[in-house]
Formats: sequence, C-alpha cells, structure tokens
Amino acid sequence: MNPPSYNATPSSLSQHHEHHPYRQMRRAHAKRRGRILAVLAACLLAGVVLTLMLGQSFTPLTTVLRIMGGAEVPGASFTVRELRLPRAVVAVLAGACFGLGGVAFQTLLRNPLASPDIIGISTGASTGAVFAIVVLSLSGTAVSIIAIAAGLGVALLIYGLSWQQGVTGARLILIGIGLAAMLQSVTAYLLMRAPSWSLQEALRWMAGSLNGVQLEQALPLFIALLLFGGLLLSRHRDLETLRMGDDIAVGLGVRLALTRITVVITAVALVAFATAVTGPIAFVAFLSGPIAARLVGRNDSLLIPSALVGALLVLLADYAGQFLLPARYPVGIVTGVLGAPYLVYLITRDNKSRGTL
Amino acid sequence: MLTCSQKPHATQSSVVTAPTASVTRQRKKRGTRLAGGLLLLALLALALTLSVAFGARTVGWPEIAAALSGQVETIGDAAVASRLPRTLLAVLAGAALAVSGGVMQGLTRNPLADPGLLGVNAGAALAIVIGIAWFGIDETTTYIWTAILGAGLAAVAVYTIASLARGGATPLRLALAGAATTAALSSLATAVILPRGDIAGLAQSWLVGGIGGATYDQIMPVLPFLLAGFVITLLAARKLNLLALGDDAAAGLGEKVAVARAMSAVGAVLLCGPITAICGPIGFVGLVVPHACRLLVGGDYRWLLPFSALGGAVLLTFSDVVGRLVAHPAELDASIVTAFIGAPVFIWIVRNRKVGAL
Repeated sequence: MNPPSYNATPSSLSQHHEHHPYRQMRRAHAKRRGRILAVLAACLLAGVVLTLMLGQSFTPLTTVLRIMGGAEVPGASFTVRELRLPRAVVAVLAGACFGLGGVAFQTLLRNPLASPDIIGISTGASTGAVFAIVVLSLSGTAVSIIAIAAGLGVALLIYGLSWQQGVTGARLILIGIGLAAMLQSVTAYLLMRAPSWSLQEALRWMAGSLNGVQLEQALPLFIALLLFGGLLLSRHRDLETLRMGDDIAVGLGVRLALTRITVVITAVALVAFATAVTGPIAFVAFLSGPIAARLVGRNDSLLIPSALVGALLVLLADYAGQFLLPARYPVGIVTGVLGAPYLVYLITRDNKSRGTL
Repeated sequence: MLTCSQKPHATQSSVVTAPTASVTRQRKKRGTRLAGGLLLLALLALALTLSVAFGARTVGWPEIAAALSGQVETIGDAAVASRLPRTLLAVLAGAALAVSGGVMQGLTRNPLADPGLLGVNAGAALAIVIGIAWFGIDETTTYIWTAILGAGLAAVAVYTIASLARGGATPLRLALAGAATTAALSSLATAVILPRGDIAGLAQSWLVGGIGGATYDQIMPVLPFLLAGFVITLLAARKLNLLALGDDAAAGLGEKVAVARAMSAVGAVLLCGPITAICGPIGFVGLVVPHACRLLVGGDYRWLLPFSALGGAVLLTFSDVVGRLVAHPAELDASIVTAFIGAPVFIWIVRNRKVGAL
C-alpha cells in the first residue's frame, strides 16, 4: 500500500536526499552564510586589534599582545589598557546591542524604517537615561534600568497610539517620529540646563560618544548582551516565521503575543542598555539590519549578522571620528552623517511592492 | 429634500432654494469667523497680560503700569520692562511660524508639514553655525540672511527627496525625509561646533528654541523680513486655494503652478528663517495652529492665514507664560512647551486620517 519512497531503506533515503537539488542548495547556502559570518567576525577581530595598535601613537602587535597578557610596557600600557581597550570593547558591545535591537524591530514590524532610532524608542531611552544622570544624579545600572523603563514606556505608548483596528507600519512610524521630536526637545533641554555638564559634554552625549568610557561599564553591557541577546536568539525561529505575515505565522504554530512581547522587551532592553552607556549613537540600529541583509541574503536569520555589522560599524565609525577626520568627533556624528543618505535612499527607492511606504 | 447647490443637474425648485441655502451658510460662516476672530483677539489680550504680569518675580499692578509707561525705577519695574520685548517676540514668532506652517501645508498638500518637522529649522540652524564658525558673522542682519539661505536650501532638499519616489511626496515620505535631514544636519552642526570651544555657547540657542532674553535690538532687524513674508503669503493665499485643488485643476483655472509654489515657498521661508535665527528651533506651532484654525474658518487660505497668525501669537505667548510658571523660578523654554502641546495634536492628526489618504 505504501508508496515506495516511504519504506525505503536508510541508505537509499540518504542517497535520495544527497542528490536532491533543494538539499544541495540549502547546504551551499548554509556554507556561504557560514563563510560570510566568519569573514565578518574576522573583520571585527581585526578591527579590534587594529584599534588597539593604532591611535595617536603606533603600538606594535607584539607589544599589544604582551600588554594584554599582563606585562607592563612603559609608555604603552596606559594607552592600550586604559584608553584603547575600553573604547574598543564598549564599541563592539554597544554596536552589537544596537544592531540586534534594530533588526529585531525591523523584522517584527516587517519594515526597514521601523528601527528603534527612527520610531522614537531610542529617543525615549536616552531621555530616560539623561533624566537619571542629570536630574536624579544616578550612575551605572540604575541609569540603564530607568532607560529601559522609559524605552519600554515609549514603545508601549507608540504601539497603543497607533492602534486602530490593528497597527499599520506607516501610522506607527509617523507617531514615533512625532513622539521622538517631543522627547528630543526634552533631552536637549535637560542636558543644556544641567549645571554639572559643560555644553560640549552635553553635545557629545546627545550625538552618542565613546569618550571616557571605562572597562567597568562594559561588564553590565556584556551581561545584557548575553542575557537579552540570548533570549532574542532563542526566539529567532518564531521571528523568522513572523516575516511571512501574522496569519501564516499563527498557522505555523507561532505564539504571536508571546513572541511579540519577548522581542519588544529584549530589543528595547538591548538598545536602552547601550544608550545608557554611550548615548544614542545615530542610525546604527537602523543601518545594521539592511547591511546584514545585503551580505547574507534576506531569507536567513539576520540577528547574528546584524550584531556583527553593528559592532563593526560603531568600531570603525569611532576610529574614523577620532583619527581620520580633521578634528575629533564623537562616533554618533559619523554614523549620523553616514546613515542619513541611506534613509534618503530608502525613501526615494521605487518600491511598488510595499504599500506601507 | 435635496437642496444642495452642488447637484450638477439642478431642478427648478433647487435652483430657487440653493441661493437661500448658500446665503444662510455664508452668513453662518461669517458668524463663526467673527466669533472666532473675537475669541482669538480676547485670548491674545489675555496672553499678553499674563506674559507681562507673570514671571520669576512677582509684581503688582503699579509696577506693571509704571513699566508700561516707561518709568523704570524699582526692580519690579525692570522685571516687567524686560518682559515687554519677549512678549513682542512671542507674538511675532508665533504668528510667523503659524503662517509659515499653514503655507507649507497648502504648498505640499500635506497635513503634517511644519518648519520644525520638515528639517527647515535645522537647515537654518546649520547655516548660522557654519556662518559663525567659518565666516565669523556677528550681525543680526547677517544671521537672518544666512538663516533664510539655510532654511530655503533645506526646504528644497527635503521636498525634492520626498518627491523623487514614484507617487510623489506623501506625508510619510515627507516626514521621514524631514527626520533624516534633521538628523544629518544636526550631526553636521554638532561637528562644526565641537572643535570650537569658543562658540559652543551658541549650541544652546540652536538646540533648544526659546524667546527668553529677547531685546528690541534683536527684534528690529527681523521686522522687515517678517513684513515681507506676511505680505507675500497673503498675496499667495488665493493661489494656495487653487493649488489645493491639485496641480492640474489649478493650471486649468489659469494659475501658473510653478509661480504659485515659488511665491508661497519664498514667503514661508522668509517667515520661519529669521525667527529661527533669533529664537532657535521652535517646533509644532506651524503644525498645530493652522489645523486648529481650519476648524474655525475652513480651508480658505485667505482667512486661514490671518487667523493662523493670531492663533500662533496666542499659542506661543501662552507657551512662554506656561514655561515661566511651570518651572518657577527657573524657566522652561517655549519650544519644550510647544512640543508637549504639539506632539499630541500631531498624533491626533495621524490617527484621524487614513494614512494612505494623508
């Protein structure tokens, strides 16, 4: 009764699959993806090592390695360990957080424009962080917690306000822009009026900067990345399925509400933690996902590639801002000037297929 | 009973009744306009009084009267006297921004247009920062010309970006293009300012807009620009009415669309550029006021623009007073207050229109 392929012997089954073109394609695809990820990771590692070597002065690789191993090298230990290392580490961690948080939102809302820095969630987090730092005189984890609370609050507010028999992307983005404009003015006001801040410090913070970061700040960021990034990765299958549309996802057994809540909370937490340390580095969350999609293809999970791209972006932009330009600029200025043309490209691109824009 | 005059094939009876219906409607409209105008004037009087009377220092009527008649003897008199120029500036800036916003909404046929949201203010701010840092400009008149140049360039850039895509400048595209341009321009402005410790103090004025500390010396040079802006926009009001019908219809009715657009755009920039030059970016006034006034007088720009001027003056003066009272004895900048009033209205507009049809 059974069709022959069902009671085939294991050997014939495997043989059959070996020659299946789809299988082959998938395997080739996975291989290619693995290669790209490896190249990205290698670039990131190389970037970190290079930023440890290069700066105002050049430190040879061997010396860097010796210093990392714990040796004291006069004239170089301080530069590498106290100045360059914290910067590189925080750049990578914050960039990864921004990249992950951004792509999670873009995937969840199925719109490249729906990244937290455009729809106002990053602005909410940074307003919370500035309030905690300037008004409540807090520091460290307390700032992050308030930033997360503010980011979540704003996310909920945007979602609630754009609800009208469902949420359309365009309405959500517009309402986010409106709220962001309002919150931006609050942040600027708080920073400008803060007695303990000089104007230049305030400007740097608002642009997003890695100036004066300490290695101690990297630890909470690392834990946040592990915890929330891990949580996000654990739901990546559901997130992928959501791309096909809510109805199909539900049909395929995705628990919609649970997935949405988990993704929103983890993504906001990632963005907020990073924002509390570095300030809102412009457009990293917005850029990482689409760049990653270009590199590995749209049909794969973009979480890990986006994290790598985000880290690489922040690391390189920070280096460029410090040493490649005529004056020293905070990293957010570089990413802000880089990101805007891409946003313009997205706006002007001819996209008949997507009705939302 | 169908008595509407819009019916194309009117029967004998409806032709007879139509004039009476439209006359009553017009009379009703005129009544609303009159009432609305009086209401706005009353509110403006109230706002002016409050603005002169309230502030960090509590003053009595004798001191207000003394300051108004030009005698400055006590500290109270001086406090009131210093509130006069800022009140004048609030009136002027509010009126100018509101008219400018109304014109931009008509010009782009877009309910979300506002000099702040469209990045026009950011353009003016960047131009001034560059002028100060690289060209050492330090006169108010030069500031104003620079701001107008920057505002004009930014306006053209944002509108071009938004209309490049197929389907033209939808509200979403325009808002996004504005957000992108604002982000890029403020990054550039920060980049210009940061290496220059000597001019960092300027940052305050272009990041947070406000009208505190205004003097007559600052206000005087702006007046000719504002006057020109008001005259041009009022002359363009009829053209804006035609543009509202769509480009083809306007052209069919004998309007030169390009001229109409250019004229309205020049008027709008002449109004918001100089204000940004002396107040910094003040958002949402240009968005909120024309919408509120549309409820009063309808979509006719010949009425909408003067009413918006009044409404803008009321809104900004009230915002300034609220800013002084909320954070007493310190001050909250007027732009923060307008943002808090404006963002909910913005959201209301977005919610109440079909986004596709926006």
